[in-house]
Amino acid sequence: MNAPQDKASFKPAYDVVGTRPVRPDGVEKVTGKAIYGTDHVAAGMLHGAILRSPHPHARIRSIDTRKAEALPGVKAVVTGADFPSLASLEVSLGEGSGNIAAISRNCMAHEKVLYDGHAVAAVAATSAVIAEEAAALIEVEYEVLPHVLTIDEALAPGAPVLHEDMFTKGLPEKPAEPSNAALCFTVGRGEPDAAIAAAHTVVSGRYSALAVHQGYIEPHACVASYNADGQVQVWASSQGAFMIRTLCASILGISQADIRVTPLEIGGGFGGKTKVYLEPVAIVLSRKSGRPVRLAMSRADVFRASGPAPGVVADITVGADADGTITGVVMEFKMLSGANPGNDTHSGAMSALAHYNVANCRVTGWDVLCNTAATAAYRAPGAPQTIFPVECCIDEIAQKLGLDPIDIRLKNAARPGDVGIMGMPAGEIGYAECLEAAKAHPHYSAPLGPNQGRGIAGGTWGNYGGPSTATVNLGEDGSVLVTTGSPDIGGSRAAMAMMAAETLEIAYEQVRVTIADTSSIGFSMLTGGSRTTFATGKAVILACEEIIATLRARAAVMWSIDVSQTEWRGGAVHCLSGDKAGTSLTMGQIAAKAGFSGGPIAAEVALNAQGFLPGFGVHICDTEVDPETGHVSVTRYTVVQDVGTAIHPDYVEGQMQGGAAQGIGWALNEGYVYDKAGRMDNPGFLDYRMPVCSDLPMIDTVMVEKPNPAHPFGVKGVGEVPIVPPLGAVANAVSRAIGLRVHDLPLTPDRVYAAMQGKS
Amino acid sequence: MPSPQFHSPETVEQASALLAANPQARVLAGGTDLIVQLRSRRIAPTAIVDIKRIAGMSGIRAADGGFAIGAATPCTALKDDKALAAAWPGVVEAANLIGSVQVRNRATMAGNLCNASPAADSVPALVAAGATVLIAGPSGQREVPAAEVTSGPGKNTLAHGEFVVEIRLPARPQGGGDAYLRSIPRTEMDIAVVGAGAALVLDASGTCTSARISIGAVAPTVLLVEAAGAALVGSKLDDAALERMAEAVRVAAKPIADKRGTVEYRIAMAGVLAKRVVEIARQRAEKA
Amino acid sequence: MGKMMISATINGDAQQFLCDPAATLLDALRDELGLTGSKEGCGSGDCGACTVVLDGQMVCSCLVLAAEAEGRKIATIEGVAEGSELHPVQRKFLEKGALQCGFCTPGFIVASKALLDHNPDPSEHEVRYWLAGNLCRCTGYDKIVRAVLDAAAELRQETTTQRVSA
Repeated sequence: MNAPQDKASFKPAYDVVGTRPVRPDGVEKVTGKAIYGTDHVAAGMLHGAILRSPHPHARIRSIDTRKAEALPGVKAVVTGADFPSLASLEVSLGEGSGNIAAISRNCMAHEKVLYDGHAVAAVAATSAVIAEEAAALIEVEYEVLPHVLTIDEALAPGAPVLHEDMFTKGLPEKPAEPSNAALCFTVGRGEPDAAIAAAHTVVSGRYSALAVHQGYIEPHACVASYNADGQVQVWASSQGAFMIRTLCASILGISQADIRVTPLEIGGGFGGKTKVYLEPVAIVLSRKSGRPVRLAMSRADVFRASGPAPGVVADITVGADADGTITGVVMEFKMLSGANPGNDTHSGAMSALAHYNVANCRVTGWDVLCNTAATAAYRAPGAPQTIFPVECCIDEIAQKLGLDPIDIRLKNAARPGDVGIMGMPAGEIGYAECLEAAKAHPHYSAPLGPNQGRGIAGGTWGNYGGPSTATVNLGEDGSVLVTTGSPDIGGSRAAMAMMAAETLEIAYEQVRVTIADTSSIGFSMLTGGSRTTFATGKAVILACEEIIATLRARAAVMWSIDVSQTEWRGGAVHCLSGDKAGTSLTMGQIAAKAGFSGGPIAAEVALNAQGFLPGFGVHICDTEVDPETGHVSVTRYTVVQDVGTAIHPDYVEGQMQGGAAQGIGWALNEGYVYDKAGRMDNPGFLDYRMPVCSDLPMIDTVMVEKPNPAHPFGVKGVGEVPIVPPLGAVANAVSRAIGLRVHDLPLTPDRVYAAMQGKS
Repeated sequence: MPSPQFHSPETVEQASALLAANPQARVLAGGTDLIVQLRSRRIAPTAIVDIKRIAGMSGIRAADGGFAIGAATPCTALKDDKALAAAWPGVVEAANLIGSVQVRNRATMAGNLCNASPAADSVPALVAAGATVLIAGPSGQREVPAAEVTSGPGKNTLAHGEFVVEIRLPARPQGGGDAYLRSIPRTEMDIAVVGAGAALVLDASGTCTSARISIGAVAPTVLLVEAAGAALVGSKLDDAALERMAEAVRVAAKPIADKRGTVEYRIAMAGVLAKRVVEIARQRAEKA
Repeated sequence: MGKMMISATINGDAQQFLCDPAATLLDALRDELGLTGSKEGCGSGDCGACTVVLDGQMVCSCLVLAAEAEGRKIATIEGVAEGSELHPVQRKFLEKGALQCGFCTPGFIVASKALLDHNPDPSEHEVRYWLAGNLCRCTGYDKIVRAVLDAAAELRQETTTQRVSA
């Protein structure tokens, strides 16, 4: 087992990596100085407001903006007519792809509104109050169309179709009629039906989970400034400044060189800030008004009109041998992707069984559209929804066969070298080690009280690498300036500084990190896919290695020796031969004389990071259920995760704890609720019930460090895995506490109570 | 929408005159409902009358052996008043379930009452406790039972120009105890799915001589369930009496199904919570 | 009605600002006074990111009208540190990794300091219920609660030391 038994005695093989220094951007964030989305002010800035559809599905017959335009203080009013009419074009966005025409129409409706909250017009005015008042004066004539909110409604014969040009992809033949099913995707191998027919024990069920929101506390916000010469500046809080540049340039037909996007601090994203909503609108308002324009969402806007994660309905059958070996799995799931095709169906299908060795399986996913906000990525997109049913079924098999829930998972766990359902052998993965660590954890053997139950669930996420750029510049005093294009969403500046310091063998405090705008650093994919510490980190490390090579070359010049006669050690170049043999030059000494040895010392590395590895987690959850009311409380929770090497353990643990808390919320109380008119019924933090501080216990963490050989320090992604197991872990804990299975999330008190009543 | 006038009168008469002069004026006490409604454009008052600068409007004083609580007194201040917290713990706890500490540092019971949400946490406790409300208006002052201040969701019975000045709680009876509980999915920051309040009086032998049982979030207004109280009077709060009481509560409950709960669940929980609050009130009465 | 001129003491300084009668204290702090450390996460008192201390009581500044601030004392996140000296709560948030995105952090720090000003020795349970009005979506609260408990312990130590030396 690689997990340290005693955290205090665990000594990493590094000087800086594995320590817990204060993050470089920390003081700004605890003193209120850090500048987030709505904190940025541009000179002469106007305030924008967006008019949103009250209907879930309607054709726009006409929009009359005259009263709004006549209101004093109004400087611009725009509608879909102000946006270029775009042909369908798929672009790659990192966490999935997107269709430019659909993205543009999602920012501003053209001919149809597809959900409650869909933007139909926007205003820029001298104050936010005037802008809101003007927006309310815009008259939109709608032809209200019938709407669909659920999978059954969306797929019913004769259902109203959102996109009349959408024919289900992935079927053997193109369907004759358009429908709300965007995609059917199947993965599998072997003979699952035969295997299940021959199995010793079979369990099956229909499971569901509601659409949920990422719930970042900072609403979307940006400022855009369009100049008369066509050059545009955008300041935005997002997971990817380059993503904003790509999309705005494509939607509005602007050269990428003419859009400079400056990333502001970002108040949470979890995948939800990987798309544009406001930025193209703000640019068009700025172009029309000639002044910078700020657009910001309200909390209700965020819920109604940004991208939640899709809800799911899944039918699953699992067969096993008497010893617990899973012999066959058949699962068919439907993701409710909202107004546009989603990205979770592929990843959900591929993730569902990725942590197990299953010889015979078939997983079929359907991407289903309905009249709700177009979904976006949310932490391990698709995996929580498909792994939840799998983990529940494994638990039921364990109970039927009288097996320990960890033992049955160990028996079936994917291990290095095992060939997965996509036909690729697994690399240095650590699921089995996580299961062993969970079994050894005191939580697993702790006694339970009355009405309590303990649930176990595993999970995985593929993680990602991809394109990143980093530059490293030396100050004349030898201090180190690292620049990347990866927005820091949860402490990655610290990780970058630590990896640079470790590579250069210098103190952490000697390194400072800047997140640059899109005109000041090379392309970097957005912060998502658990890629930043892996991919951008690798670019930083390689750039530091170039710096070392440069410093040795400069020292060789200063010493008049061949570079081969120098050595890098302890943050300095050491002379190995000649009359200076035995002496050394520090970075500061070399940098101070850089002008005489070849000029400024700098390095840039642009790469496409390969060799990323999936992450795995095992969660242990204790719940107590009030037998009279159905209230579920989480009384103890432990997260075990294969994290590769933890660069900054505080922030790795923080990812594990935060992901677990989000998953617990999904399992217990969160979910999109619509009224009969198709309007979101809970678009606020009061009724969209995310866990508050008093809802949760401490969340214990065990970092299993099984390094990734493809990263210089062994980094794997850590951010997404921890939201995957909680749905199953909580559901399994509740089922063991009350002695029956509730298949539908969230496990609200009324639902658990009703289930208990049904039993008695 | 023009900006509203903002007034901060210093006397009850000034406030009453301002309210009487403008039918679109709204009273501002803690503001935790008013400002949310203002910002979401659900209301558009042309004047806001802040009553917090009126002398005596904030604070708790002894009155007629009981307590007079100024209408602008924030919920957290109730907790800090040891005598009030000892006499009417159910009322004080109910008021301190509303929102967060931040909210309770502003929110008032008078506002909770006048906002007229069927799920208002402090109201069942006030109704059970037999609280009365002093209302000031252009034609002087009147005192009404707390249960009569609301008439439906979002509707109160205050006449034009009137506002609540004071909430009055009687002296705690000998052998009296009160309690309030609510059912919410989380532990904090929620609106009651069901709420239940109880105020009991027990004699020296433990026999219940008076019982007032109230329920919230199961009808358009908070209900005082007289049959539930009657089921307890004369009993020693044995299981049979408690079950009769709970059944009366379930019969009285006429909830709707909404995003916060189903009809069946609300009815069942009204009974469960009523039993639980009676048990807490009993313990308090026995210690009294 | 036109704008109102309000005089208030903000982080110890006498300040005057203009506000619309319907504007919130949060709007005034951010837009009129440039104190953007208080954040708007919901505008309805449900997230606590705008927490400030008004006359000694912590409140959501989105649920206070700016006009109500006349003559009152307001303490914001910008006044928590003394010059360049961080308050122990701020320092412990950094040392314990109690922030990820940092957006909720100002509200948590103001609320945590308010707790410790009232109650120097809170239990974990008391910390969790006191902070229930502050939403954090990144951390799962674990490291925040630990930071507050640690800051409380350090502040008690300081108080004890002062008492001994005095």
